[in-house]
Amino acid sequence: MADLKLENVQKAFGDNPVIRGIDLTITKGEMVCLIGASGSGKSTLLRCMNLLEPIDDGNIFLDGTDISEPGKDPQPVRQRIGMVFQSYNLFPHMTALDNAMLAPRRILGGSRAQLRPALEEMFTRFGLHDRMNHFPDQLSGGQQQRVAIIRALAMQPEIMLFDEITSALDPELVGEVLDVLRDLRSQGMTMVLATHEMGFARELADKVCFLHQGRILEQGPPDQIFEAPNEERTKAFLSRVL
Amino acid sequence: MPTQTRRQSFEARQRKRANMIAAASTFAVLAAIVLLVPLAPGWENVKRSFFNGAVFAKTFPGLLNAFVMDVAIFLWCAPLIAALGLIVAIARDLRSPALYPVRLLAIAYTDVFRGLPVILVIYLIGFGIPGLGLPRPWNSPYIWGSLALILVYSAYVAEVIRSGIESIHDSQRNAALSLGLSGGDTMRYVILPQAVRRVVPANMNLFIALQKDVALLSFIGPVEIFRQAGVYKSLMANFTPYVGAALIFLALTIPATRYADYLMNKQSKARS
Amino acid sequence: MKFWTTAAALMLASSAAYADSCATGKTLTDGMLTVATGNPAYFPWVMDDAPETGKGFEAAVAYAVAAEMGFDADHVAWIRTSFDQAIQPGAKEFDVNMQQFSITPEREEMVDFSAPYYTSAMAVLTTKSVVEAGATADVASLKSLIWGADANTTAVPMLGDLIAPEKSPLLYDDNADVTAAMQAGQIDAALFDLPTALYLSAVVLNDGALLGQFPADRGENPDQFGMLMEKGSPLKECVDAAITALTENGKLAEIEAEWLQATTGVPLIK
Ligand SMILES: Nc1ncnc2c1ncn2[C@@H]1O[C@H](COP(=O)(O)OP(=O)(O)O)[C@@H](O)[C@H]1O
Ligand SMILES: [Mg+2]
Repeated sequence: MADLKLENVQKAFGDNPVIRGIDLTITKGEMVCLIGASGSGKSTLLRCMNLLEPIDDGNIFLDGTDISEPGKDPQPVRQRIGMVFQSYNLFPHMTALDNAMLAPRRILGGSRAQLRPALEEMFTRFGLHDRMNHFPDQLSGGQQQRVAIIRALAMQPEIMLFDEITSALDPELVGEVLDVLRDLRSQGMTMVLATHEMGFARELADKVCFLHQGRILEQGPPDQIFEAPNEERTKAFLSRVL
Repeated sequence: MPTQTRRQSFEARQRKRANMIAAASTFAVLAAIVLLVPLAPGWENVKRSFFNGAVFAKTFPGLLNAFVMDVAIFLWCAPLIAALGLIVAIARDLRSPALYPVRLLAIAYTDVFRGLPVILVIYLIGFGIPGLGLPRPWNSPYIWGSLALILVYSAYVAEVIRSGIESIHDSQRNAALSLGLSGGDTMRYVILPQAVRRVVPANMNLFIALQKDVALLSFIGPVEIFRQAGVYKSLMANFTPYVGAALIFLALTIPATRYADYLMNKQSKARS
Repeated sequence: MKFWTTAAALMLASSAAYADSCATGKTLTDGMLTVATGNPAYFPWVMDDAPETGKGFEAAVAYAVAAEMGFDADHVAWIRTSFDQAIQPGAKEFDVNMQQFSITPEREEMVDFSAPYYTSAMAVLTTKSVVEAGATADVASLKSLIWGADANTTAVPMLGDLIAPEKSPLLYDDNADVTAAMQAGQIDAALFDLPTALYLSAVVLNDGALLGQFPADRGENPDQFGMLMEKGSPLKECVDAAITALTENGKLAEIEAEWLQATTGVPLIK
C-alpha cells in the first residue's frame, strides 16, 4: 500500500501564494501527470510531496499517516518517496555507480559488494552497463538523467516523483528517458510526473491534472482532459502546447 | 607532418610576432635596469651592502640550513590549519538552534583572528600563555607560536571553505536530501567534497602566505631563516643575508604561486 | 659673579667651537657634532633616555669626546637610529653612533669604528629559580641550559664560542623580549654585556640573578665598544685621537667609575 493523499495543501513564498489549496489522491500503482503553464506550481507541488518544501497549511497523508506535520523528521519519508529533477543534479565528484550507491550505503547499510549486484542489474536494464564508472561530465544528458533515475530507484522507493525530467534534454535524447518511464510503469511503480510531454501523458497516465495558478483546475483520465476539457483555461493551454 | 589550416598558420605567425615583441621589450627593460642602475651615485655602496658576493657565499649555506626550520614549522602547522579551518567552516554553517552558540563562537573566532595582525597574535599567545607559568616543554615558543599561526590561518581557511560551501548550488543539497540522506551526510559526502575542491587554489595562496609568515615566529625566539639572516646582518653589518633569504623564499613560493594560478585558470575555464 | 662666570664660559665655549680643530669641515653640519643613540637608549648607557643631559656612560663619553674634538655641550646634537639605520648604505645622518656597538673585523668591512671606549665583561643573566634548580658558574653546567640573546648583539657568536650550548639558543629583537621569554620560562639564561645584565637583573626581572661573568680582559674575544662611523669617515682620525687622549689622561676611567656599577661580586665563570 502506498497511497499519497493531499488535502487542501497550501504553500506561499513570502506573500506569493504558489500552491493555493490542492486536493489530490494518488493510489498505489497509479501514474498521475501534472500539466500546466510554467509557473503554475508543478515543481513546488512535487517538492512539497517530498517534504523538500514544508507546507503552510493542509495535510499530506502517506498510507494514512500525516507526513506534513510540522517538526516531523522528513528523512524516513524521503526514503520512501524518490525524486528526479529536471537538471539531473548528479553528484559531479562521483562515478555513476557511486552516485547510486551513496544513499543505500549510508541509509540501508551494507557493503559495496553487497549492494553492487542489484545496482549493476539496474544499470544494465537501463542500457548503462558500460557507463557505470564514468563521471557525470563524461555522460550525455540522457545518460545522466537515466543515472539520476537509477540513483532514486536504488533506495527502493514506493513512489517516484519526476519533475520535467526530459525538458533539459536534446530532442533525440528524450526517447531513451521516456523508455525508462515506460519500463517503470509496466513494473507497476506509483509515479507522479510534472511534464510537457503531452503525447506521453496521454498514452500512459491514469490521471491528468491541469494546474493553474496553484490550483488544480481540472483533473480526470487523459482522454477526457485532452479531448473534452471542461475548463476554458485548459482548452487554451492545450491549444498552445498540442 | 599534419598540414596547417589557413587559420592555424595565420595564428602561428601572429604568435611568433607577439613573442618577438614581448622578448624585445623585456630585453630592453632589463638592459635599462642593468645599465642604468649602476650609474646611480650610491650604487657602489648599495652593492657592497646588499649584493655582496663574499657575504652571500659565506652566509647562504647557514640560511638554507635555517630554512629547514621554516619548512618544518609549516609542515606541522598546515594539516592542523586545514582541519581546524574545516571544522570552523562547518560550525559557521550549523542551522540547528541548539548549536547556535557554536555557530556564534565560530563567527566571533573568524572575525577576531582575521581582524588582528599576525605578529600581534604571535606576541600575545607566544609570550602571554607561557607567562602563565606552564612547565616545560609546554611553554615552548614553538608550540605557542605555531598555535598563533594555526589560529590566524584557520580563520582565513574557514572563510575560504565557507565561500566554497556557499558556491555549491542548492540543487545538490536538494538532490541529496531527496534521497533521504541526513543533513550531516549531505554535507560530508555531497557538499564538502565539491566545496573543498573548488577552493583549492584560494587555499593554496593562503598556504603560500603561511610559508612566508612562519618567519614571524622569529620574534618570539625560534631561529629560522629570517632571524638567522638578521644575525648575519648584525655580525657583518651587511644586508646581503636578507637578499639570500629572499631568494630562498622565492625559490619555493614562485613555483607554488604559478601552480596555484594554473589551477585557478583551469578551474575557471572548466566552469565557464 | 655668576653672570661673569657664565659669560666667560660662553666665550670660551664659542671660541672652542670655532677653534681650528681636527674636526673642522668634516662634520655633517659645520660646527656641530651629531651623535646618534638608540631608540630608546637604555640605562646605564643613557639615563632616562635623555642623552642631552650628559648623564649615563655613553652620554658622558659623547660629551667628553666632543669637548676633546673642540665641540662644547651646546654644539652636540643628538639623533636616534636603529641598528639597521646605522649600517644602511648611503649618506649617514650622524657623525658618530654609539649604542654599545661591538667592534668586529666583519663589521669593519662595512663601517668604521673608533678606538674602543669600553671593554665589556660578558655576564650570564638568569633567574633565582634556575640557580636554585642547580645551575652553577662553570661552562659544563651552562651548556645544559636553554639560552637566549639579543639577535643584534655579538652575544650571539660569543654564546657559540664561549659556551656552545647543547640546545640551539632562542634569539630576540631587544632586551625587553629576552626578559619576557625568561619570565615565561622559555629560556634559562641570556648573555649580555655586564652593565646591561646588571640593570636587567636588578630592575627589569622579577627574580633576576647574575650567575657569573666572562671577564673583560679575557684573552680571546674581548667585547669592545666603539663609535660607529660611515666607512672611510674623515672624522675617524680625530675621534680616535680624542678617545686615546681620554684613555691616557684617565678621564674615560673616571666616567666609567661614575656610571657603570662596580663589577666585583659577580663570580668568574670557570
Ligand atoms: N524557492 C522559491 N522562492 C520563491 N518563489 C518560488 C520558489 N520556488 C518557486 N517559486 C515561485 O513559485 C511559482 C511556481 O513555481 P514552480 O513550482 O517552479 O512552477 P512550475 O514548476 O509549474 O513552472 C513561481 O511563480 C515561482 O517564481
Ligand atoms: Mg517546474
